[in-house]
Amino acid sequence: MANAISSFKRTLRIITMNGKEVKAVIFQAAFFFLVAGGAYFLYHNMQVNLERQNIQTGFHYLSLESGFAIGESWISYSPSSSYARAILVGFINTSVVAVLGITLATLIGVFVGVAALSSNWLVSKLTSVYINFLRNLPVLLQIILWYTIVTSPRFLPTVRDFNGENGLEPFLGTIYMTRQGIFMPFFEADIGWLGAAIGLATGIFISIWIRYLSRIRMDKTGQQLPVFWIGTSFILVLPCIGWLLMGAPVGIDYPEMGRFRLSGGATITPEFIAVLFGLTIYASAFIADIVRSGILSVPTGQVEAGRSLGLQEGVIMGRIVLPQALRIIIPPLTSQYLNLTKNSSLAVAVGYPDLVSISNTTLNQTGQAPEAIMIMMIVYLSTSLTTAFFMNWYDKKIQFVER
Amino acid sequence: MKSKWTTAIAAAAIVFSSYSASAAKTVEAIKSRGELICGVSTGLGGFSLPDSRGKWTGLDVDICKALAAAILGSSYKVKYIPLSTQQRFTALQSGEVDVLSRNTSWSLTRDTALGLNFTAVTYYDGQGFMVPKALEVKSAKELDGATVCIQPGTTSELNLADYFRANSMTFTPVVIESLQELNAAFFAGRCDAYTTDASGLASTRLNDAPKGKSDDYIILPEIISKEPLGPVVRHGDDQFLDIVKWVIFGLVEAEEFGITSSNVREMASSSKNPNIKRLLGTNPGMGRNLGLDEAWIVNAILAVGNYGEIWERNIPPLGLSRGLNKLWSNGGIMYSPPVR
Ligand SMILES: N[C@@H](CCC(=O)N[C@@H](CS)C(=O)NCC(=O)O)C(=O)O
Repeated sequence: MANAISSFKRTLRIITMNGKEVKAVIFQAAFFFLVAGGAYFLYHNMQVNLERQNIQTGFHYLSLESGFAIGESWISYSPSSSYARAILVGFINTSVVAVLGITLATLIGVFVGVAALSSNWLVSKLTSVYINFLRNLPVLLQIILWYTIVTSPRFLPTVRDFNGENGLEPFLGTIYMTRQGIFMPFFEADIGWLGAAIGLATGIFISIWIRYLSRIRMDKTGQQLPVFWIGTSFILVLPCIGWLLMGAPVGIDYPEMGRFRLSGGATITPEFIAVLFGLTIYASAFIADIVRSGILSVPTGQVEAGRSLGLQEGVIMGRIVLPQALRIIIPPLTSQYLNLTKNSSLAVAVGYPDLVSISNTTLNQTGQAPEAIMIMMIVYLSTSLTTAFFMNWYDKKIQFVER
Repeated sequence: MKSKWTTAIAAAAIVFSSYSASAAKTVEAIKSRGELICGVSTGLGGFSLPDSRGKWTGLDVDICKALAAAILGSSYKVKYIPLSTQQRFTALQSGEVDVLSRNTSWSLTRDTALGLNFTAVTYYDGQGFMVPKALEVKSAKELDGATVCIQPGTTSELNLADYFRANSMTFTPVVIESLQELNAAFFAGRCDAYTTDASGLASTRLNDAPKGKSDDYIILPEIISKEPLGPVVRHGDDQFLDIVKWVIFGLVEAEEFGITSSNVREMASSSKNPNIKRLLGTNPGMGRNLGLDEAWIVNAILAVGNYGEIWERNIPPLGLSRGLNKLWSNGGIMYSPPVR
């Protein structure tokens, strides 16, 4: 009997005292059931509410005809296309402003960030005004401000003003800058131009690859290749080959005056410009500050060492300071990229047909709010996670390898 | 951004709101709150527009007032919630408003899949186009290739696409949710044409064009759709549906009998016509059937007048004539089922 009790006590002790894992597992399980139960309660509640009000549920609506038109699209789309396709159009539009915005904001941000450290009083003051002013103006306001500017009769003419005898002359004879958008010549739809584009992409890829190979070679043998020149020639020559192989088209599509607007060529809409400018400039101010403080965090000894080796200032910045600063810059930069992508949802304010704008319309025409919002959430979440994943990988890659 | 969050919050309300509470009768909720919550537009002259002191006027607003008078006995016990085209249905579904009285077109999808119920038509309308005179466009059929300004989530958006498809024409939409932003873009010349309900066009042209510039815009003759506008309630509360429906019918019936805000008291006490006595509660029964006070329609008429009075007060200033909205006995299609 006493034996049994002591053995029981021992077991208990193992579970409670020594069995930290057991305890942890119990807590985890309890927590899991709490969360899962809560989620189920909300889901059930929603179902009941929707049913009581006779609101349609489910995703079958995605395959129905949307019935509404969309202002700009990178894939073919018409009101007879499905809701799913409309949402895809919105997603692509969001991606386009986000990717372009991130690229431009990074370029401007690095430029301004470096300039902020200039010893020139005027330059450093101007950049500090740029950073502090634009960072503190809400981005929605900036987008609406840009939209007001690019659609204002005070700054730009309309397409009609180019008509007739005393009409305006387009810029360089072919570029029309108007309140209805910028109209300009573009390559005619022809497989040959596609060949050139493929050539360009291949060229860029090969030059990056060569750069990589030459690094390895330099580490091994100490010999340097003229990578820049080799890379550049690939980038220049391959598109020409692609263009020649595919029939060497010469067709350029020029905008032509119609009754209401210019057709043909390429069009950049005021909505796109407003959103791109607003997002880019806002983010660039943050990025500039991140770059500035990243550079400041590199010990001055590094710069001095570079100077005493007789390196040029440009080389010191490019080869010594920036690579080290990058390690500090990447994490906050990542969150700026995520912010810019998410802020692109404000595009709806000026009618740029992004994911949110089109999802909202879909939600309204079909009444399926939970579904539409779920799709939006999944898309934004996966985009953000992908970006974060990539940036974390890059961050790891460039950290000091301690030996 | 406000609108984005409103939709999200309203959607969240559908998820979180406990069903036992919101299944409670709307009328009871209104009575215990002492206030009717009415969803209106963000500002459309003639239908619902706040003045500088926050006082709302318009045909849609008068319907809210009539409802409050019939249910609560006072037309002042109304809270107006301005809603954009995108926000309106979620706001109603989630219970943020009791009733939507906001130039909203009755359609099959809205009446079914959206979980809403349309009550009655307060304004028979149709969709039209407005263009700058300078374009020298005389007919909607000439709009091939035009850029058209439009609000999202509207029947207008769908009719527009249908009309251009049916006539093998193309167009580019510029879709902006905020009416104010959309108007600004149109009057700045961003679009060649603007489309919505003809009443909305008249109001926008008159009230929102740059000062003195209204005459630079014309409304094209084509009416491309049927837009029966009227109040909407949530699906699943038949009593409240009945009340909204019959207050509107009562206002129309009052016009048929020549009962106005100035003679309603006298009519109630001295009329010999049994139809009038029944409508005005002198002979009780109708109010009880609706679950309201027998003075329900008297209170409504005292507050805003009969349907014709509501019309005359709000719509002629927009330059619109009564047309289809005349009583059936005068050549229109406005008609009330018998109150009996
Ligand atoms: N009747 C149509 C359109 C109604 C509509 O919302 N029209 C716009 C343009 S006139 C409007 O009233 N907007 C007011 C607002 O957004 O507050 C519908 O129900 O979809």
